[in-house]
Amino acid sequence: MPEGDAALSDPQTDSSRGPRRLGLIHTFLALPNDSTVKTLLVALLLCLVCSVLVSTAAVSLKPLQVANQALDKKKNILEVTKLMREGTSIDELFKAFEPKVVDLETGEYVTSVDPDQFDQRKAAKDPQHNVQIPADRDIAQIRQRAKYAMVYLYTEGENVKYFILPIHGYGLWSTLYGFLVLEGDANSVFGLQFYEHLETAGLGGEVDNPIWRSKWEGKLIYDETGNPKIEVVKGAVLPNDPGAKFRVDGLAGATLTANGVTNMLRYWMGEDGFAKYLQQFHTKA
Amino acid sequence: MDIQTKKVVTDPLFNNNPIALQILGVCSALAVTSKLAPVLVMCLALTSVLACSNVAVSLIRNHIPGSIRIIVQMVIISSLVIIVDQILKAFLFEISKQLSVFVGLIITNCIVLGRAEAYAMKNSPGMSFLDGIGNGLGYSLILILVATIRELFGSGRLLDYPVWTLVTDGGWFTPIGIMLLPPSAFFIIGLLIWGLRTWKVEQVEKPEYRIQHVHRLEVT
Repeated sequence: MPEGDAALSDPQTDSSRGPRRLGLIHTFLALPNDSTVKTLLVALLLCLVCSVLVSTAAVSLKPLQVANQALDKKKNILEVTKLMREGTSIDELFKAFEPKVVDLETGEYVTSVDPDQFDQRKAAKDPQHNVQIPADRDIAQIRQRAKYAMVYLYTEGENVKYFILPIHGYGLWSTLYGFLVLEGDANSVFGLQFYEHLETAGLGGEVDNPIWRSKWEGKLIYDETGNPKIEVVKGAVLPNDPGAKFRVDGLAGATLTANGVTNMLRYWMGEDGFAKYLQQFHTKA
Repeated sequence: MDIQTKKVVTDPLFNNNPIALQILGVCSALAVTSKLAPVLVMCLALTSVLACSNVAVSLIRNHIPGSIRIIVQMVIISSLVIIVDQILKAFLFEISKQLSVFVGLIITNCIVLGRAEAYAMKNSPGMSFLDGIGNGLGYSLILILVATIRELFGSGRLLDYPVWTLVTDGGWFTPIGIMLLPPSAFFIIGLLIWGLRTWKVEQVEKPEYRIQHVHRLEVT
């Protein structure tokens, strides 16, 4: 046996070297491996050591991870509004946006909640702050949502130029989280971007494809009656299609992910989502 | 380094490759190889987990009760994987988003448990460390090869840098869609194994049995 592992492998050397208090350790190490006591002790010690290591890593790295996630969200908002500039820090650029909390039921801003502290995902899981969505209305397949939702506003002068609305819903394998950006009329799409999903790379994952994302630009969400009519079609939108402004080309090989995108937009733009909130801006435009 | 030690590191590259000969760890070889960048991080993660778990198991190998030895190995491996996952989320956020569940799935990667059980339980920590590195490299070699082929033919890119211009961008290259799907990795790995066995004939197993002619009574 090569050197280097003598200390632990041979109980004899341990006791001859160490002082008396090593006696206990010695007795433990000298126990036959298959005795019940040693089995239990080894299991216990191992779990103890491992849990200490794992929790140390988890706790000490948590702040960095949280910061990463927050930064990633901001980066996505900047990207989807095309306000990302190289060379300037994301936090600096993000100051241009005004975060607000909206009560989805009334469509009013909520002043009692600090937008910087509000975590919509956490709230969606909290029975105090969430709403269970009845199965027949749950087209986005998210089961529950927070009562309040975040919106980010980008204003120019008096008027809102962009509404950045967080949306999420189920695709084929996973829940897609993203931002939909509407222009000041609260109806035309400026951009759509997902920042978290686990769809198949190359198929459903093509929701990240810049070319496909650019097809959303200028599409309309609501028809004359105020119903969300936007949809991702199968195949390409025909040029002479009268409803073309409500339709976006599908993704080849990713019909189910595309359906998921349609459903989540219909849900979040509908009565249960941001419809009430957005209505007040329709008249102005 | 004497020859014996060297062999521990270099053997898993071609002579005893964990994927191509031992056929271990194929699951992640199929799952993460559609792009090269995540594969590099995956290989790094797996190699470090493998080396550390081998050392840890080897250090306590003489005191592991036989009845719970697999559980002990699994606890060590999963703890290491969780730590690696946490580190990735903290320092390589973009990549960890792409790798998503697959880092966690290193826990179930057969190579890690396989090496712990087959090598680290019987050898010194130093040698086990080298064995971990060697097998990690063997795994990386195959994964990088597969990912290079898949990313190049599937999307005309390498490390997200466009190599061949796509038809959709006005170029000539039509991406081969199946390359982005897991089954393509199966074919590529199969071809690699074929190639390796043509090169190193000794890797071809002897057939376990042959079909023989049996004289049967005609029953009418």
